[in-house]
Amino acid sequence: MALLEVRDLEVGVAIGGKVLPVVQGISFDVEENQTLGIVGESGCGKSLTSLAIMGLLEGSMLRLTGGSISFNGQDLLALSPRARRAIMGDQMAMIFQEPMTSLNPVYRIGDQIIESLRQHRSMSQRQARARAIELLDLVRIPDPERRVDSYPHQLSGGQRQRVMIAMALACGPKLLIADEPTTALDVTVQKEVLDLMLDLQKRTGTAIILISHDLGVISETCDKVVVMYRGKIVESAKTATLFSNMSHPYTQGLLASIPVVDHDVEWLNAIPGRVPLIDEVLPGCAFHPRCSFAQASCATSPPSADYVSDDHLVRCHFPNDRPSGGEAGGDA
Amino acid sequence: MTQATSKRALLDVRDLKTYFTIGKTGLFQAKSQLKAVDGVSFEVREGEVLSLVGESGCGKSTVGRTLTQLERATGGRADFDGQDILAMSPRAFRPLRRQIQMIFQDPFASLNPRRSIEQTLAEPLFIHKLARNWAEARSKIVETLEQVGMDPKVMQRYPHEFSGGQRQRIGIARVMILKPRLVIADEAVSALDVSIQAQVLNLLKKLQQDNGLSMLFISHDLGVVRHISDRVAVMYKGRIVEMGDKSQIFENPQHDYTRRLLASIPRIAQKAA
Ligand SMILES: Nc1ncnc2c1ncn2[C@@H]1O[C@H](COP(=O)(O)OP(=O)(O)O)[C@@H](O)[C@H]1O
Ligand SMILES: Nc1ncnc2c1ncn2[C@@H]1O[C@H](COP(=O)(O)OP(=O)(O)O)[C@@H](O)[C@H]1O
Ligand SMILES: [Mg+2]
Ligand SMILES: [Mg+2]
Repeated sequence: MALLEVRDLEVGVAIGGKVLPVVQGISFDVEENQTLGIVGESGCGKSLTSLAIMGLLEGSMLRLTGGSISFNGQDLLALSPRARRAIMGDQMAMIFQEPMTSLNPVYRIGDQIIESLRQHRSMSQRQARARAIELLDLVRIPDPERRVDSYPHQLSGGQRQRVMIAMALACGPKLLIADEPTTALDVTVQKEVLDLMLDLQKRTGTAIILISHDLGVISETCDKVVVMYRGKIVESAKTATLFSNMSHPYTQGLLASIPVVDHDVEWLNAIPGRVPLIDEVLPGCAFHPRCSFAQASCATSPPSADYVSDDHLVRCHFPNDRPSGGEAGGDA
Repeated sequence: MTQATSKRALLDVRDLKTYFTIGKTGLFQAKSQLKAVDGVSFEVREGEVLSLVGESGCGKSTVGRTLTQLERATGGRADFDGQDILAMSPRAFRPLRRQIQMIFQDPFASLNPRRSIEQTLAEPLFIHKLARNWAEARSKIVETLEQVGMDPKVMQRYPHEFSGGQRQRIGIARVMILKPRLVIADEAVSALDVSIQAQVLNLLKKLQQDNGLSMLFISHDLGVVRHISDRVAVMYKGRIVEMGDKSQIFENPQHDYTRRLLASIPRIAQKAA
């Protein structure tokens, strides 16, 4: 049994009296000590998937329309809202792209960590403060005894993201979901933050779900990868398998569009077009309008997700009938 | 790329300094000066792309903003076509505004959401007297939208109807329609998904080549910089620590900081291998 087992997860958006599916048939496992990467362009449903797992789908428009989530052997969807909230923040924690929006600007960062500690652990104020300083030190905030009394705006972007990690780790969660934690940061800071997360994982065994639109980031940090396009998994595999045997034209396109630093290319292989809007109707494969390998059947019948090897799932009518290599698109 | 070496400088920046006066930051600190740009020299030659790269806060944007008179230079000079633009009054600078254009990370942040794309693109044409009437403006708008790979029908639409990549194409159209000689692009593709970023980068590179544009390309992303530049200047704490042809910076970096920057870029499948 894996720590987290997600099966056939479905999320819908209620618009104009209809519920449009935005996340469909998402299934994956995350084990202790493991990092799962979820990759895909903006609007593909990565954040909604993680919010659904956290029980944070909010507002009248979003709803969980199907599937099951088992965490540590418990069926999360069968729990009372209260029991669910108790798990959140304690055993499961989440960090977001822009830490400024999740840190409260009017409270000192130490007080925010202390509050989260005291909510979930019976600790005195003094113990909690000592633990907060320890956590800031753990995420390598310089001079933590003083920084504990800083306000969020007094820190740099990278430091704020590290405070978010400290808060997320405060209660020693079994699962950490990081939704584009470094997208707003510079490469040097990005590397520091990712290294920090992996280093903490080594010490604590925390399972991590890392969400990113950048396959480069994913390849360096994750054990398994799930590629999402327009609400569905189009390819998933162990990282090593994925990069040695990449099969979906979308995954290949994501990889090919990264500007390489190690040699020169005249034109980048961009994926032409864009992710379809949620109300656009596409009877066949959702990627076919952008796919340079599409055949007539791709426009009419939706491909199923099939295993091409033990751990390697691909949703494509022609996963093997194409010339290999990373060429999808090629828009100048 | 190599032929750029023989070309003359369109913009020649010498010992540029931009200092900010900042208020008290702590109990015992008086007002102090922040040396955002502290003695920077470079040239942008005719038809070349010079990139300014470095981590955030090192002063890249301040260089761009000072060169377009959005910030006041503390010292130094910047000759554009032989004239020092830093010494010019705003009035004397006005005719040059058309020739020196900036592209920002989110070009729509400064736009009026109630104006259609047509109105948005027509405005600079009328301001700079490049169109005398709507018919002239419209034909230039159609031509430019096609140049940036957009269907001219989008003219009647409004900013919120566009995705990030489309917005940046419109931002580029707004600059290209003025036929500038120097484009300063400040993190122009940094907010885009990699797939869309590749589309927009290809577009920028093609427009630059087709029109012989000179470009100062500001970015913190070395992969992007390698793709678009002829030459690269690496900035660190308000100064340029290393500058050279792209091949030299990427293949034979001399400065420690350049090496550290290069080492922090994610390379594919390291964990997998
Ligand atoms: N609160 C919401 N109300 C309506 N639609 C939403 C909401 N949040 C997300 N969506 C839509 O659901 C789709 C998936 O969104 P999201 O999970 O945020 O994508 P990603 O994180 O991959 O960028 C998008 O088309 C988005 O516009
Ligand atoms: N108007 C301003 N007033 C005070 N400080 C500023 C101003 N603009 C920029 N700075 C500071 O100058 C430094 C350089 O900033 P910037 O040019 O934006 O860097 P970059 O573009 O390389 O990230 C930073 O420390 C920034 O906080
Ligand atoms: Mg998201
Ligand atoms: Mg900047």
